Amino acid sequence: MQETVIKTEKLTKRFGDFIAANELTFEVYKGEIFGFLGANGAGKTTAMRMLCGLSKPSSGSATIAGFDVYKQPESIKKNIGYMSQKFSLYEDLTVTENIRLYAGIYGLSDKDIKEKSEALLHQLGLENEAKKLVKELPLGWRQKLSFSVAVIHKPKIVFLDEPTGGVDPVTRRQFWDLIYDASDKGVTVFVTTHYMDEAEYCNRISIMVDGYIRALDTPAKLKEQYSAASMDEVFYGLAREAKRKAD
Amino acid sequence: MKQLLTFIRKEFYHVFRDRKTLLMLFGLPIAQIILFGFALTNEIKNAQIVVSDYSKDIATTQIINKIEASQYFDVAKSLPSHKQIEAAFKEGKIKMAVIFPENFYYDLTHQNKAQIQIIADASDINAATTLTNYVTAIVMDYQLQLVKSGTIPLQIVPEIRMLYNPEMKGEFVFIPGMMSMIMLLICVMMTSISIVREKELGTMEVLLVSPFQPLMVIFSKFVPYVIVSLINVTSILLLSWLLLHLPVKGSILLLYAESLLFIFTSLALGLLISINSKTQQTAMFISLGVTMLPTIILSGFMFPIENMPIPLQVISNIVPSKWFYIIVRSIMIKGAGFSAIWKQTLILFGMMVIILGISLKRFKIRLA
Repeated sequence: MQETVIKTEKLTKRFGDFIAANELTFEVYKGEIFGFLGANGAGKTTAMRMLCGLSKPSSGSATIAGFDVYKQPESIKKNIGYMSQKFSLYEDLTVTENIRLYAGIYGLSDKDIKEKSEALLHQLGLENEAKKLVKELPLGWRQKLSFSVAVIHKPKIVFLDEPTGGVDPVTRRQFWDLIYDASDKGVTVFVTTHYMDEAEYCNRISIMVDGYIRALDTPAKLKEQYSAASMDEVFYGLAREAKRKAD
Repeated sequence: MKQLLTFIRKEFYHVFRDRKTLLMLFGLPIAQIILFGFALTNEIKNAQIVVSDYSKDIATTQIINKIEASQYFDVAKSLPSHKQIEAAFKEGKIKMAVIFPENFYYDLTHQNKAQIQIIADASDINAATTLTNYVTAIVMDYQLQLVKSGTIPLQIVPEIRMLYNPEMKGEFVFIPGMMSMIMLLICVMMTSISIVREKELGTMEVLLVSPFQPLMVIFSKFVPYVIVSLINVTSILLLSWLLLHLPVKGSILLLYAESLLFIFTSLALGLLISINSKTQQTAMFISLGVTMLPTIILSGFMFPIENMPIPLQVISNIVPSKWFYIIVRSIMIKGAGFSAIWKQTLILFGMMVIILGISLKRFKIRLA
């Protein structure tokens, strides 16, 4: 039996009359790469924000890494990592300073921080750029660094909100290598994306339409179920039913 | 604790890596002091003055009637001791004292010469000069009348004493005003911009997802600006002492303590602005709008508040820099102790608590 790390039950978020996320019920297992798909305005980001503790659910329940979203948000925070669609490193700090800052915020010891940052720089091949300001790095490198920093404290789950926006296909592929690597080490990856080729990389995916989860399975099974040749077809088939306008 | 230190260090990197802003932060007060060299004169109405008449004769009564009849003065007649007058000046209750010595009329008619002592609070140089000129004009006017009615040439000599600022230096007014402006600029604008920048860049979200307390994020932001502001207070005081020869008459420790209070009030204001703005530009414009303009116009350092229409006078009371300006002026120039400024201090403290309370509450609501 696989270990469940995220479990939601009718998780809902309302903004006045508008229901951004409607009765979401799903489970994510340890070490899994879970893709969260949906058109703009479908409710992906809202759902993710609830799981991260950035936004309080209106109703329903959710447990993240064994902790309740209502009662134990602080324990959740210690056990998750997060990388937003906006770039999340400080551009006027050097590579090393960024690593040390985030490692420090998560309470790693000095010895740990030193070892980790060396290992990380080596893994990314950034040894020579360690003392450079982040703004001097190309976007692709920054994004890889950003991800590595998000998992520096070995979180149980890492949430990635459209992590590869604006990145070329080659760098995206390299970025996914990092994701696989983390997943192999037992980190659960929860990723939202627009790119259908990325959806294929996931172990399981869910597709949100108008605040509801309309489909949830492995890419292969979804294609079979909708008798589609690619994830693209599955996605557009579902997304076409959307009544809500993208924002 | 270690987390906090890590984070504070990061804030220092932000401040000290941005060379242009850094130059502005430290260069601005120095440039302002050096460039300073203007003073504005303005008409004053209904100034609180004390008239002490030790003679009580026909001449003094007539002169006092004239003073009272003019719209410039709000006269309190009494025979206070010198000590009481001094105390009233220190507390800012009166702007001027006019003292008629004994035997005024006797001297005038027998020696053809009498003296009036006029003491003015010259820490507000514009007001002091204007007020003494008014009184002198009234006395001269009376003298002219006497000469017309009689044939003997009579002479009344007003002996004017400028309290606190005998050399009548306008810088005395300028330095306290500038201190409040510089501190507001740094604390309100820089803090709000720095918080909004994290929102814009998306780093704030990452911080909120981390176990780092949001309150600590705010606190860390405050630290570098408190230090920069204290350095600026020091450089302003040093420059005004070395360059303009204006030492601090009162307790320097008290001045720093009051400055710290004002710095925290400004930081709270910056936080409140950052919560209500989405972009750095918005934060900057709101900061300029709510700090610089009211400070220049309504704090009393450029234009006398006494002369403003009543609604503006009322509004000036909610401008924190007005109170800080009075405090600094009292300590620096009059050498006043805490007992003379506890009221202003209390008002400033109240403002800080209210602004900080509102911003922290709104900050928490935004998180939910």
